[in-house]
Amino acid sequence: MNIFKLSIKNLFYRPLSSLLSLLLLALGVSMISLLVLINSVVQDQMNNNLKGIDMVVGAKGSPLQLILSSVYHVDSPTGNISLKEARSIEKNPMVGNSVPLLYGDNYEGFRIVGTNEKFIELYNLSIENGSFWDDEFEVVVGKKIATKLNLKVGDTFVTSHGLRQTGESHADTPFTVVGITNFSNSVADQLILTSAESVWGVHGDHTHDDEEHDHDEEHDHDEEHDHDDDKEITAMLIKFNSPMNVIQFPRYINENTNLQSAVPSYEISRLFKLFGFGIETINLLAYLIIVVSGISIFITLFNSMKERKYDMALIRTLGGSRLQLSSMLVYEAIVLTISGFILGIILSRLGLVFISSLMESSFNYSLNSYGILNNEFWLLAISILIGLMACLIPSIQVYKMDISKTLSNE
Amino acid sequence: MIKTESLKFSYDGRKYFDFPDINLDTGENLLIIGNSGIGKTTLLHLLAGILKPKSGSINVSGIEISKFSDTELDKFRGDNIGIVFQRPHFIYSLTINENLKLAQYLSPSKTSGDAEKILESLNINDKYQQKPNQLSEGEKQRVSIALALINSPNLILADEPTSSLDDFNCDNVIKLLKKQAKDHKAQLIVITHDARLKKHFKNNLNL
Repeated sequence: MNIFKLSIKNLFYRPLSSLLSLLLLALGVSMISLLVLINSVVQDQMNNNLKGIDMVVGAKGSPLQLILSSVYHVDSPTGNISLKEARSIEKNPMVGNSVPLLYGDNYEGFRIVGTNEKFIELYNLSIENGSFWDDEFEVVVGKKIATKLNLKVGDTFVTSHGLRQTGESHADTPFTVVGITNFSNSVADQLILTSAESVWGVHGDHTHDDEEHDHDEEHDHDEEHDHDDDKEITAMLIKFNSPMNVIQFPRYINENTNLQSAVPSYEISRLFKLFGFGIETINLLAYLIIVVSGISIFITLFNSMKERKYDMALIRTLGGSRLQLSSMLVYEAIVLTISGFILGIILSRLGLVFISSLMESSFNYSLNSYGILNNEFWLLAISILIGLMACLIPSIQVYKMDISKTLSNE
Repeated sequence: MIKTESLKFSYDGRKYFDFPDINLDTGENLLIIGNSGIGKTTLLHLLAGILKPKSGSINVSGIEISKFSDTELDKFRGDNIGIVFQRPHFIYSLTINENLKLAQYLSPSKTSGDAEKILESLNINDKYQQKPNQLSEGEKQRVSIALALINSPNLILADEPTSSLDDFNCDNVIKLLKKQAKDHKAQLIVITHDARLKKHFKNNLNL
């Protein structure tokens, strides 16, 4: 038996008030830590996915929607644009790199994106198993999808139309998995990649075929050219040659073409600003809860001092020093705050698992960062400080306690 | 051996308590008797090192404690004094066993007695794992005697140990205290207003 064990026993002796203080602190800590976690994970993911994209061009609509759909692959696309128009933008000298994106289908809710090898360069993808596609209807799947859907190189699957699982299926054009990419911590992990030709192949070609025959017979057009004229893509990711271009070029497109341009960094900071107010409010509330938990610890200790004054006088008569008695209260407060902190951190991780699974089922997005963040060390320091402040007055009073007076008042 | 000389104490600097000298040889017990408000508990606290005298000397087993610092007094008390209170006190969050263990921890320099043996001699060894709340009043008093004895003190101070007891139990408790003091080779000083105890002590001191 020692003073520390005694403190623990004391905490268990008044389980309800200990539990209240513990829960309040855990609640505050878990709220802050969850916010910090989500913020850091979301910002990380968002920024990681923004790399190399200065501007997105797509059909007219909401610029935020265009960014969300073509950079983050969470919203529905704004519509399609003609390949011809896209090509003309590509040729502009200000444009350094451009990546076409073509949507149409999904498999088990995961989007199939028709694109080209520039997409692979943009997201710095590497193949873990197999190879990149080089023929129509060959796909490369992200590591995460492969694990989740249990896909291996050589497997075939049939896609469904649209971006939802419930779409009509394209049973006559099965896709073959030819490669699985390494984990890249970008959106590419949750996409099924294929060539643009494959997506065009699944859609429309059968109906087009008849028309094309007519065209060929009547006008004797060059077949290749004709194809390009009809073809559409969903969006194009663009990197400029010079960062200065981001000022003029997007405006030029919005004013002079039927297309819409959107700058991801600008749209995302607008989005964060919208969220920011809410996040600030919750953060403030969480700190308030932590302070209340400190007050609760203070009140618990203060009240228990009156209840325990004879216990404490006894400790002194048995040879315990003033310092031992004060440290008993300090231990009680610190044990409460540290275990509240640990409980809070555990709760926040459970919360993250929950939110992550929620995001995964609705967006096929997952958050995975369960390590301790720097901010959480601060949170630990704040918790301990709150505990020390809560026990300051009680422990000073106990230190100064006049045991003679206490004992003669019995 | 317990010796006090011209012991004076004051709570407020105006009203002074003047205590008669005590001179007790090793092996002797003492009954200090007096009415309420005359400073009985004050004297007990002075002997226990809970209060410091304004002047005079207190010598317990050859140790002069009147000039001790607070820390020295804490240590002295833990090692040499066992106090039996009028109303028994415990650490209520601990079991009887843990209470005794804590008392041993608080006085580490002292080779303490065997907790089980002490409880056995007080006939409460079956209460080992119980919390103080679960005990009857009589059992509580015996456990508090065990707490006073656990660190093998030289001096046992009992503050009104019998005032709330009937004649039969009064006799029992005082006999028990005397027997335990003798068995543990400690001196016993009982402070009381209870005149029934006079017949149990050779040495009486009237305040």
